[in-house]
Amino acid sequence: MSVATRVDWEAVIGLEVHAQLLTRSKMFCSCRADYLGLPPNSNTCPTCLGLPGALPVINREAVRMTIRTALALNCEIPEFTKFDRKNYFYPDLPKGYQISQYDLPLSRNGWLEVEVEGRTVRPGITRVHLEEDAGSLHHAGEIQNSPFSLVDLNRAGVPLMEIVGEPDLRSPLEARAYLTTLRQVLLYIGVNDGNMEEGSLRCDANISLRPRGSEGLGVKVEVKNMNSFRSLQRALEFELRRQSELLDAGGEVAQETRGWSEAEQRTVSQRSKEEAQEYRYFPEPDLPPLRVSREQVEEIRSQLPELPPARRARFESQYQLAPQLAGLLTARPQDSQYFEQVVGHGVSPQLAANWQSQELQGLCNAANLGVEECRVGPAALAGLLRLLEEGKISSRSAKEVLAEAFESGRDPAQLVRSKGLGLIQDPEQLGQLVEQAMARQPQAVADFQAGKTQALRSLVGLVMGMTKGQADPVLVDRLLRERLGSPQA
Amino acid sequence: MTLLEEPIPELARRLRRRQVSAVELARESLAQVERIDPGLGAFLRTTPELALAAAEEADRRLAADPEGSSPLCGIPLAYKDVLCTEGVETTAASQILRGFVPPYSATAVARLNALGAVPIGKVNCDEFAMGSSNENSSYQTTRNPWELDRVPGGSSGGSAVAVASRLVCAALGSDTGGSIRLPASFTGVVGYKPTYGRVSRYGLIAFASSLDQVGPLTKTVEEAALVLAAIAGPDPHDSTTLQEPVGDLLAGLEQGVRGLRLGIPREYLEVGIEAPVERVFESSVELLRGLGAEISEISLPTTEYALAAYYVIAPAEVSSNLARMDGVRFGPGAERAQSLRQAYETARHRGFGPEVRRRIALGTYALSSGYYDAYYLRAQKVRTLVAQDFAQAFEKVDAVISPTAPTAAFRLGERTADPLAMYATDILTLPANLAGVSGISVPAGFAEGLPVGLQVLGPSLGEAMCLRVARALERELEIWRQAPPLERVAA
Ligand SMILES: [Zn+2]
Repeated sequence: MSVATRVDWEAVIGLEVHAQLLTRSKMFCSCRADYLGLPPNSNTCPTCLGLPGALPVINREAVRMTIRTALALNCEIPEFTKFDRKNYFYPDLPKGYQISQYDLPLSRNGWLEVEVEGRTVRPGITRVHLEEDAGSLHHAGEIQNSPFSLVDLNRAGVPLMEIVGEPDLRSPLEARAYLTTLRQVLLYIGVNDGNMEEGSLRCDANISLRPRGSEGLGVKVEVKNMNSFRSLQRALEFELRRQSELLDAGGEVAQETRGWSEAEQRTVSQRSKEEAQEYRYFPEPDLPPLRVSREQVEEIRSQLPELPPARRARFESQYQLAPQLAGLLTARPQDSQYFEQVVGHGVSPQLAANWQSQELQGLCNAANLGVEECRVGPAALAGLLRLLEEGKISSRSAKEVLAEAFESGRDPAQLVRSKGLGLIQDPEQLGQLVEQAMARQPQAVADFQAGKTQALRSLVGLVMGMTKGQADPVLVDRLLRERLGSPQA
Repeated sequence: MTLLEEPIPELARRLRRRQVSAVELARESLAQVERIDPGLGAFLRTTPELALAAAEEADRRLAADPEGSSPLCGIPLAYKDVLCTEGVETTAASQILRGFVPPYSATAVARLNALGAVPIGKVNCDEFAMGSSNENSSYQTTRNPWELDRVPGGSSGGSAVAVASRLVCAALGSDTGGSIRLPASFTGVVGYKPTYGRVSRYGLIAFASSLDQVGPLTKTVEEAALVLAAIAGPDPHDSTTLQEPVGDLLAGLEQGVRGLRLGIPREYLEVGIEAPVERVFESSVELLRGLGAEISEISLPTTEYALAAYYVIAPAEVSSNLARMDGVRFGPGAERAQSLRQAYETARHRGFGPEVRRRIALGTYALSSGYYDAYYLRAQKVRTLVAQDFAQAFEKVDAVISPTAPTAAFRLGERTADPLAMYATDILTLPANLAGVSGISVPAGFAEGLPVGLQVLGPSLGEAMCLRVARALERELEIWRQAPPLERVAA
């Protein structure tokens, strides 16, 4: 009997990401690209309905956005690019082919810098190309049992960018970090809304296993239907387990397409290699090849904003923020813009960073809002934080006011005034309270005078309690010490 | 004798002088169709209400501004049924589009409508314009008015017959491998295939997108120039239209051929041209020489490969272009199908005729992985060589002349059993589509009582040159004055 040696399997993962572009109109016609919430088939025209005789016209804005993305992902932009037809039949594909790009994509050979658990990896980007989205189908319940299917072509023809990554990712966690970073870049350059649940950002994964240290590639499985970062990670973890168990048991991995079932938390076989589609790509004769001038590329490059890694580094050095805090505040461009506006109003960066990332972000998360959408603008938050910095309000009151301003939309500084939340700084008023406190706690007075200086704290606490936290603690401390005299050493 | 015997410029003069009204012309055209067309089968449907409404509007415009209105204002026209017409059923002569009413009009149609032209109806063709005899229509047979048991040529057979029989003044057709020029030759009319990109394809139901062009069929060369000028030019809806200005297509029409260099491709005379057709061609050549043209023999060496390349490229595009005919959004579709695949198969099997199915199969094969390089890619290389042939030829000559087809109109049914013989009908016309150059067929004489055309090919954007050479021949022969003997078909 031989003892089976367990192989240490390494995952080889590459992601294909589809991102709808935030253009005004569709890829090849003038219908709206923002189709959500419209009555079925109302956002259509002869071109996106695929009516006989209708022709496509390239959306220049979509081309610009794709080049912008490609440059942000460090890709090369060839001078010539063309569109091709990918032929297959499906009811959500009105022309019977998708206009896509085959052998001359808009860009290729890029990379993305990704931080995973403190390490930096740099997975390659094979290509970024442009194509059109399909329509959507609606079934009565499950597709298998539905007596009919309804076709809605409102989405048909929406510009779709495909970002094909190299198989450079080595774990489900790396894959998740890659997708998170990629989404962040897309948000920064304003080409996609990053909404995975609505499907405006979609992700497929290819995963194979090989013995760690080997250079070869195993049999590849394509995984679809993952509509969140978590499901991507779970699906890949499941595949890693499934495939390694298969291989450990002496079996073989079948080349196939599998779908992630959120309900069952497992992948399910959808299509084997034998059933793979034959797409019969050929050049789209309705669209002449596109020449992308070097001037245009440089113009687009010059308009690229500061990208997430650069902004995070700048936040660390310019504002002296800890890496984690800088990361939080640069997660989305809106977060970092908000922060810089608060700081611009003269608030100390550390204070602004803490309050935005903890208090305000907490309120926003509970309300499912971005900071830029909430009712407390950067100027309002800055006003509140200045009161705090000047010692005119307690930290506890500031939190209360922020929560109320978040709900009501009222100005926090005004709330402080109208609610009388400003700190009590009248020495006469506080002097009386200090004396009352000393009278009520003679033991504490005696302890302090006997050298137990921590006894002072209970006296301060008592005064704070008597004023519901409104007393200026620094002033209370001073008044107490004046009356108690120096402790006996 | 009908008013529609008169060329468009003469009718335009009478319309402006109020000697005839657009409504009278429209009624005359509709009456001619009713009287004569049952024996010919050119029209799939007439649009009398639209025609009369357009004619009334044309009359108002002619009254308001007689000199400012277009010479096409009030002129009755017919449209090949592959051109989308808003609100009017458009079938491409196929069952799969039965009942399809487009919500928009083709750019070429819309431009003519805008000038006040009067749409009489939609005319027959080969299904999806695939054919050389018009026998592939899934609706009806269209007959050659010169001899009723002969084909009118295809695929724009209905357009050619409607013009030849004086049912309308002009018609639009489409030409992918000769589909305008061939029926023009077979029926004794002028047919123009513009330079690729000169006329918008928007609203033309695609056969082979990289080869298709919309063009006019008319009695005379001047009429062809008038209609072409109206429909040509850039269109924001069609990215393959050329941006160059169209220029004045009528200005040089009467300049004659003195001093022009005309080339006869040696290879075109080696395709088996029938003797009577060859005799007509020879006399045309002599005539042009007599008018002062310098005639020389030239070579287009890739001619023998053009047909094969064409029958790879065109079906490849067909297989993709016709995928949208899936029975989901228009056409009869498939009820009670048990699966999606069965729904597609049923709808498409019932909806497409045998020739269309053959070309879809050929094209699907040619694009399949493993065959793409051997067929599609190689055909595209041949296509490049064909275009280079023409480019080199046009460095030496101003225009290329040849017979339009190796034969005159053949008998109905004569070639339907032999697809390859049918394909060979286009051997002299399709190289121009592969190269994208312009070409015209102008009546050149009769071969045993049947009209035959002379083909004049010009360089890319050589519209004015083609028209000028064709007009020189027309001025000498005036064949357009002979109408086919129609009294025997009249109801
Ligand atoms: Zn549209």
